[in-house]
Amino acid sequence: MTKHTLSVLVENKPGVLARVSGLFSRRAFNIHSLAVGQTEHPGISRITVVVDVDALPLEQVTKQLNKLVHVLKIVELDRDKSVQRDLLLIKVRADVRQRADVLQVVDLFRAHVVDVAADSLVIEAVGSPDKLEALLAALQPHDIREIVQSGTVAIGRGAKSITERAFERVSA
Amino acid sequence: MAQVKAPKPSALMSPAPGSARPPSTATASVSEGERMSGAQSLIRSLESAGATDIFGLPGGAILPAYDPLMDSTQLRHILVRHEQGAGHAAQGYAHATGRPGVCIATSGPGATNLVTPIADANMDSIPLVAITGQVAAASIGTDAFQEADIVGITQPITKHNVLVTDPDDIPRAVAEAFYIATHGRPGPVLVDVAKSAMQSQTTFHWPERIELPGFNAGARPHAKTVQEAARLLATARRPVLYVGGGVIRSGASAGLRRLTDLSGAAAVTTLMARGALPDSHPQNLGMPGMHGTVAAVAALQKADLVVALGARFDDRVTGKLESFAPHATIVHADIDPAEIGKNRAVDVPIVGDLKEVFAALVPALEAEHARHGKPDLEAWWAQLDDWRTTYSLGYTPTDDGHGSPQYVIQRLGEISGPDTIFTSGVGQHQMWASQFIKYERPNTWINSGGLGTMGFSVPAAMGAKVGEPDRTVWSIDGDGCFQMTNQELVTCALNNIPIKVAIINNSSLGMVRQWQTLFYNQRYSNTDLHTGHGTRRIPDFVKLSEAMGCVGLRCETDADVDATIKRAMEIDDQPVVVDFTVSRDAMVWPMVAAGTSNDEIQYARGIAPEWDRGEEE
Repeated sequence: MTKHTLSVLVENKPGVLARVSGLFSRRAFNIHSLAVGQTEHPGISRITVVVDVDALPLEQVTKQLNKLVHVLKIVELDRDKSVQRDLLLIKVRADVRQRADVLQVVDLFRAHVVDVAADSLVIEAVGSPDKLEALLAALQPHDIREIVQSGTVAIGRGAKSITERAFERVSA
Repeated sequence: MAQVKAPKPSALMSPAPGSARPPSTATASVSEGERMSGAQSLIRSLESAGATDIFGLPGGAILPAYDPLMDSTQLRHILVRHEQGAGHAAQGYAHATGRPGVCIATSGPGATNLVTPIADANMDSIPLVAITGQVAAASIGTDAFQEADIVGITQPITKHNVLVTDPDDIPRAVAEAFYIATHGRPGPVLVDVAKSAMQSQTTFHWPERIELPGFNAGARPHAKTVQEAARLLATARRPVLYVGGGVIRSGASAGLRRLTDLSGAAAVTTLMARGALPDSHPQNLGMPGMHGTVAAVAALQKADLVVALGARFDDRVTGKLESFAPHATIVHADIDPAEIGKNRAVDVPIVGDLKEVFAALVPALEAEHARHGKPDLEAWWAQLDDWRTTYSLGYTPTDDGHGSPQYVIQRLGEISGPDTIFTSGVGQHQMWASQFIKYERPNTWINSGGLGTMGFSVPAAMGAKVGEPDRTVWSIDGDGCFQMTNQELVTCALNNIPIKVAIINNSSLGMVRQWQTLFYNQRYSNTDLHTGHGTRRIPDFVKLSEAMGCVGLRCETDADVDATIKRAMEIDDQPVVVDFTVSRDAMVWPMVAAGTSNDEIQYARGIAPEWDRGEEE
């Protein structure tokens, strides 16, 4: 099985996320991450799904997704031809003695500290899933109290827009 | 980057394909912008969509709609005795007429009782619009009385569904439901309307345009792949047309006939496609699959070209998928791109409505013939005819002296003639009805193929008779199936829907019993129904039918079959039920055991055809 990143443009209608995720869960496909947000068009949302699946069943589920009335367009984003980012928030226990060590890791990964308390830090990091994994590994010796991670969002490289034509249809 | 789909532009509102009946004049005079309640808007919307017959049962949440329904002159509402009956009736209606079927139910249990017919319509691509009442918008999600999340429940088994809480949205939701149900690959659409929306005031506006940018109503067949299919058909030595229910849904029988005649290929008609090509057509080898004819199964297994037409390579047809049609190049034409390559890898995909596929493929094949001449299929037909004559469909008389179910069904077909509509439930009687009745036209054979819903027959027959009142409708049913939905005979008796029911009563869940005979050492666990010979006959089907306002007849021997059928045919002012008590040991043959290869088909128990006789490899 390989990881695939799909960008699904949908009309912003109730239940559309459940319909999309339902097609994956029905086939027992493991959704690795899922992120939903508005696009530059108010009526259209973009769902980014990262899924662990072989090519053939992925083709089938993509075709089924296309049959959903509120799905406008599906594009598979190639890892090499797209920018893929996750957001990670990490709460680390760090008193005055450990703080310097933690901050060094933060600097190395170009992450930020967004909350400081007497005995803890909250670190914010944005990056590719690989980079965030490496950051977590580097923080492993410290006392990680809590992690929260967004789903991957992804956009194709270069001038071409996948949303343009879909918007034209909806606005027409 | 793989771009998977370009959205379709919005479509103009057009009558559904196959909807011959124009909206009534009452609809044309509807004044736009009229103030009314949401409930009135719902009824007006159903009228505007062209509905004329709807099947349903009222309850609390749908009650507001039943009040203006009483005043509708266009809508005939048929009050069923169970919502499942309403759903199957709407399916039978749609299947017989080609127009969308409509059923209506209240919230909660009313809606959940529609789940089986909705799933059935989804599997067999039947255009169905289901209207359900929902609790008031403010109560949704509070476990209110008779609340069920029917939109959530039916999400995986509908083509589309929607919850309406704003009364202004009702006309658009209904218009879209009819459009989606009937365009592209047909299917069920559910519209769940909150009671509060029905009770609020609104202004009625029937939408002039359907705007569904994400809905794909179907592509035009690609000229290049059509050309390639024609080339293959013109050069194949052992071609087979694998005809599925899509041909019937598309209304493409005439095109299929032309392609069959022109190509000279063998044709097999699946359970969903019986009647798509007349059984009397010399190239029709009958049904393929688990209980198909030896000739149809063998033709597919030995074919060098299989042209699938509105078929979906179902496991009941392919047997063990890896060994299905192992020598064949596959052309697959279907309106639903998701069917292409779903089960079997396809060499030549054609996405499009089969009417258009035939319209393009026939001239393309003519051009191929003009250039290269017709292919020599003589050896292929010699082989096919050999299988056809050696392993013709048949049955042996029973050992216990009781009637043969196959004989009853065969005579029903012969006596009632080719215009009769037959419906069936699921099981042995269904397979025999598919095998032993000769179907000469489409939409005369209505059964539950994909979902395999026991109890489909009686309500589906009721719906078919409502849609086609001038045709004889025989419901062929099993004693097991009949006990699931027979209460709709009350509906038939009270609403002057004179269907005829033939219960093929073998006193057991026959198909399950057959599997117990073959695969479970004759251990008959929970398949005895006590309705036949030498039992207490609980229930007594004749008495039961009479109690429901029908004529009840009983026939216990082969000798009485003709006279009983003729007697039933004479009664046309009342539903008739005939209890044909037959032997319980009759089995459905031929058979490909589940999960095995089609090559292992048995003609009868322990008799395997000799495949390689006279075959050139």
